[in-house]
Amino acid sequence: MAIKRERLGTAPASPPLWRDPRVRAIVYQILTLVGVVAFAAYIVHNTIDNLSRQGIASGFGFLRQPAGFAIPQTLIDYSELSSNGRVFWVGLLNTVLVAVIGIVLATILGFVIGLARLSSNWLIARLATVYVEVIRNIPVLLQILFWYFAVLQALPQPRDSIAFLGDLFFLNNRGFYTPEPVFEAGFGWVALVFLVALIAVVGLARWAKRRHDATGQPFHTVYLGLGLLVGLPLVTFVLAGAPLTFEHPEMGRFKLQGGLVLLPELVALTLALSTYTAAFIAEIVRAGILSVSHGQIEAAHALGLKHGQTLRFVVIPQALRVIIPPLTSQYLNLTKNSSLAVAIGYPDFVNVFTGIVLNQTGQAVEVIAMTMGVYLTLSLLTSALMNWYNQRRALVER
Amino acid sequence: MTGNGGDAPIIVLRGVHKWFGHFHVLKDINMDVWRGQKVVVCGPSGSGKSTMIRCINRLEEHERGHIVVDGIELTNDVKNIDATRREVGMVFQHFNLFPHLTALENLTLAPMWVRNMPKAEAEATGRRLLERVGIPEQADKYPGQLSGGQQQRVAIARALCMAPKIMLFDEPTSALDPEMIKEVLDVMIELAKEGMTMVCVTHEMGFARSVADLMVFMDRGEIVEQSPPSEFFKNPQSDRTKLFLSQILSH
Amino acid sequence: MAEVHAEAVATAGKSLAPPVSEVGVLAWLKQNLFATWYDTLLTLLCLWLLWQVVPPFFQWALFNADFSGTSREDCTSGGACWVFIKARFWQFMYGFYPIDQRWRVNLAFLLLIAALLPLFLPRFRHKLALAAGSLVLYPIVAYCLFYGGMLGLPVVETALWGGLFLTLVIAGVGIVASLPLGILFALGRRSDMPIVRAMCITFIEVMRGVPLITILFMASVMLPLFLPPGVNFDKLLRALVGVALFSAAYMAEVVRGGLQAIPKGQYEAAQALGLSYWKMMGLIVLPQALRIVIPGIVNTFIGLFKDTTLVLIIGLFDLLGIVKAALTDASWIGYATEGYVFAGLCFWIFCFGMSRYSIYVERKLGGGRRR
Repeated sequence: MAIKRERLGTAPASPPLWRDPRVRAIVYQILTLVGVVAFAAYIVHNTIDNLSRQGIASGFGFLRQPAGFAIPQTLIDYSELSSNGRVFWVGLLNTVLVAVIGIVLATILGFVIGLARLSSNWLIARLATVYVEVIRNIPVLLQILFWYFAVLQALPQPRDSIAFLGDLFFLNNRGFYTPEPVFEAGFGWVALVFLVALIAVVGLARWAKRRHDATGQPFHTVYLGLGLLVGLPLVTFVLAGAPLTFEHPEMGRFKLQGGLVLLPELVALTLALSTYTAAFIAEIVRAGILSVSHGQIEAAHALGLKHGQTLRFVVIPQALRVIIPPLTSQYLNLTKNSSLAVAIGYPDFVNVFTGIVLNQTGQAVEVIAMTMGVYLTLSLLTSALMNWYNQRRALVER
Repeated sequence: MTGNGGDAPIIVLRGVHKWFGHFHVLKDINMDVWRGQKVVVCGPSGSGKSTMIRCINRLEEHERGHIVVDGIELTNDVKNIDATRREVGMVFQHFNLFPHLTALENLTLAPMWVRNMPKAEAEATGRRLLERVGIPEQADKYPGQLSGGQQQRVAIARALCMAPKIMLFDEPTSALDPEMIKEVLDVMIELAKEGMTMVCVTHEMGFARSVADLMVFMDRGEIVEQSPPSEFFKNPQSDRTKLFLSQILSH
Repeated sequence: MAEVHAEAVATAGKSLAPPVSEVGVLAWLKQNLFATWYDTLLTLLCLWLLWQVVPPFFQWALFNADFSGTSREDCTSGGACWVFIKARFWQFMYGFYPIDQRWRVNLAFLLLIAALLPLFLPRFRHKLALAAGSLVLYPIVAYCLFYGGMLGLPVVETALWGGLFLTLVIAGVGIVASLPLGILFALGRRSDMPIVRAMCITFIEVMRGVPLITILFMASVMLPLFLPPGVNFDKLLRALVGVALFSAAYMAEVVRGGLQAIPKGQYEAAQALGLSYWKMMGLIVLPQALRIVIPGIVNTFIGLFKDTTLVLIIGLFDLLGIVKAALTDASWIGYATEGYVFAGLCFWIFCFGMSRYSIYVERKLGGGRRR
C-alpha cells in the first residue's frame, strides 16, 4: 500500500526539552563550565589576596632583576649580576646538555642491550635480562643519588687528584679535568673541509644508489665515506700546521687551574639517566624486532637475500616503525627526569630557576607557570613530530 | 616417473633424518625429483611434509643423510646455500609478503640485490610476471590493500622473479578463503603446464589429480608411499594411505 | 620403487635416538654458548667480567661484612657494614613514628592483608563486594589508626610519618585515587561533549608533559596560596594530591587504550538493549577494557611506586629520604653504599614482584604470541 503523500516529509516530533539528549548535553556542559570557572575564580581570588598580604610582587618584572647567586656550570656568559632572565637560559642550556648527552648514550646502550637480549648466546642474553630487570625496578632518584654519593664521593680531594697519562687528565671530587682545546686561526679550514667531506659523502651515497639502480652493481660507500670524513680533515689539519693547542690543567695552591672541568654532578646525572633509560629502550628495541614475524625473515632467506641484506631491507624498516614512537616517549622521560638534578645540586633548569629564583623572589605562580610552559612546549613538539612521523611511515592498508 | 629430466634428478634426498630435540621428525627420507616433474606431498598434519620441503632450501637443516639440489650438495657451506636459494623459489602458507614495500617492490628486491639486476630490467620482469599471474594493475599497491588470493599470487610472482629452476609450495592455499583458492590454483596449473619443476605440499586433491606426476604420502616423519596419481588414488598400497585418503576425500 | 617402498615399511613407526651432538648438555653448550668463534669469544669475555665482579661483590656484601654490633666501631672488617642498617632499621621502616604507637601501623597493615587475601582465592565468590567495601572502609580505618585523635588514640602528626611506612601510604593513596580518577578522565576524553573533552585533554596533556617534581613543587608551594589565609594544608596531603593527580593522567591514557580496543559493536549492542551511558560503561565496556589493560595498569602502579621517592625533594621522609637523612648522621658517615643498596633492594623487591604479578595475570588472560 502506497504511503500517503501527506505523511511524507514531516519531521519526527521533537521530544520535550528535558529528555532531548542534545539539550541535556548542553546543560551538562554549561554546568561543568560554570563549576570550573567558579572554582578557578575562587582560587584566583585567594591567590591574589595571599600574594598581596605577603608582599609578593606580581608580573614578570623579576626577570630583569639581578640574580645574586653563582652557578657552577654555565654554557653562556653569566655572573652574579646577570638577570634572573639569564638564569632561565643558563638553566635551560644545562638541561639541554644533560638531555642530549643522556639521549645519545641511552640510545647506544639501549640498542646494544636490546639486541643482546635477543642474542642466541645464552650467557649474553641472560646478563642483558638481569640488567634490564634490576635497573627498571629501582627508582631513578635512588640511582642518581647512588651514582653521585657512593661512586663519586670515593674520589679524592683536589690535592690528592688522580692523574692520568702523566699530567694530562686529573680526577678528583670536584670533577674530571681535561685539557681545554684552544682553536687557532687555521682550524677554521679543518672545520670547513669536514663540512665539505660530509656533503661529498652524501653525494657519494646518492651516486652509488643511482649506479646500482642503473646497472645492478653494488658499491660499498661505507669505507670510502669513512675515509673521506676522517682523512680529508686530517690532511688539512697537518697542512695547516696543526692549529690546535691545549691548555693544560695545572695544580694551583688549593685546586686545579685551567683546562676544562666536567662537574661530578653532570657526570653522575648523565650516567644515572643513561643507564636507567637504556633499560627501557632495550625493551622497546626487543619488542620492535620481535614484532617482525619470523615468516618475513624466512621469505627473505628463501629469495636468497643474505643476513645483512635481510636486516637492512626487511627487518629494520619494519622494526623501526614499532620502535620509534615509544622511543621518543623515553627521550621525553629522560628530559623530564633530568629535573631530579635538584637532588644532587646540578644546576639544571628546575634547580636554578624553579628552585633558587622562586625561593628568592617568592613569585611562585609566574616561575612555576614558566617552568611548566617550557616542559609542555618540549612535550607537545615531540608529540607533533612523532605524529607526523607515524603518519608518514604507517603501513598502508585497505 | 615422467619428466624429461636429463641424466640425473634435479633434487635428491638420500637417508635424510632430522630431529627437533628428541622428536624424530624426518625418518630416513629418500626421494628423487626430476626436472620438469610435479611432485605433490600429502599427509596428516605433523607428518613432517613442511619440514621436508623446507630442508630443500635449507630453511631447516637436516642432520643425517644427503640433499643434493641441481648438483649442489646442501651442507653448512654458505656459498652452496646461497647458490641453492637462488635456484629454488618458495611460496609460503601465510604469503610472507613484505608489508612495507609495494607489490612491485616486493618482486624487484631480490633480483636487484641478489642477482645485481639493473632496476629497469627488474621492474620490467616484475610487471611481466604480475601480468602472468593476472594482477598487473596491483603493482603499486601495498600487500595490506590486497585480498588473500591476490597476495598469494604476488608471492608466487615474487618467487618467479628470481627465475628459479624449482618451485616449492608449502600449503599455498591453506590460509585462503574458499573463493580465492581457485585463482591461486589456476596460476599454479599454468606454471605446471609451462614445465616448471614443482614440489607442492597441499590438501587440494583435485589439483593433485590433474597436475601431479608423482604423489608422495608422508606419515609420522616417513614416506609411506610414492606413486603416480593414477595408482595412488585408485590403488593405494598401505593401510595408512587408505585411511588418509578416506578422510580427505570424503568431502 | 619397490625397494624404496620396502625400506619405508621396514622403518615404519620406529623412532631413532638423535645423534649425541644434537641433544643433551654438550649440545646445549655448543648451541648456546659456543656456536661460532665469535660467540665463543663473547662467552669467554662475559665469564671473565663476571669473575671480576661477582666474587668481589659477595666478598664485600656477605663474607667480609659485619652483621652484628651496635655502632660503627663494630665495622672493622672492611666489608659491608650492615650494622648501620640494623641500627637504623626500625627508623627506615616507620620513620619517626613514636615507638610505643607503632602497633597501630602494624595493625593497619595486617587488616589490609586480611581484607585483600580473599581476593586471591579463586573460589571466593563475593570479590566485587569485598573490593568495593574495603575501598570505602579501609581508608577511614587506616586514617584513624595512623593519625589518631579518636577512640582514645593519641595524635601522631604526619611530619613524624616516614620510612617504608610513608612510602606505602603515598603509593597506596596514589593507586587508590588514580584508578577511578583515571577512568573518569579517560571517559571524559572520549566524550561527545566538546567542553568536557577539551578540559580532560588539557588536564591529561599538561600532567603528562611536565615532570612530577614540578607538580610537587606546585602542590607544596602554590596550594597554600590557593586557600584562604589561615587554612593550613598538611604537607603530606599536598604531596598526596600532586601524586594522585599526576598518576591519574597516566592512568587515563592506559584506560583510554583499553576503551579504544573494545569494538564498536559492543557499544552498539549495549545501546540496542536500552542501557544508559553509565550502565553501559559500568556493566559492559569498562569490565572488558580494564581487563585488557591490566598489564598497563600494573605498570603505572610500578611507576607510581618508584615516583614516591620524589617526595624527599619537598621535605618528606619516605624510605629513600630517611636513608639519605641517616647518612648525614655524624656517627655513620661513609656508609652511603650500604644505605643505598638496602633501599634499592627494598624497592626492587616490591617493583619486581609487581611486574611478575602483571606477567602472571597477562598469561592467565591468554596473552602470547605465535611465531
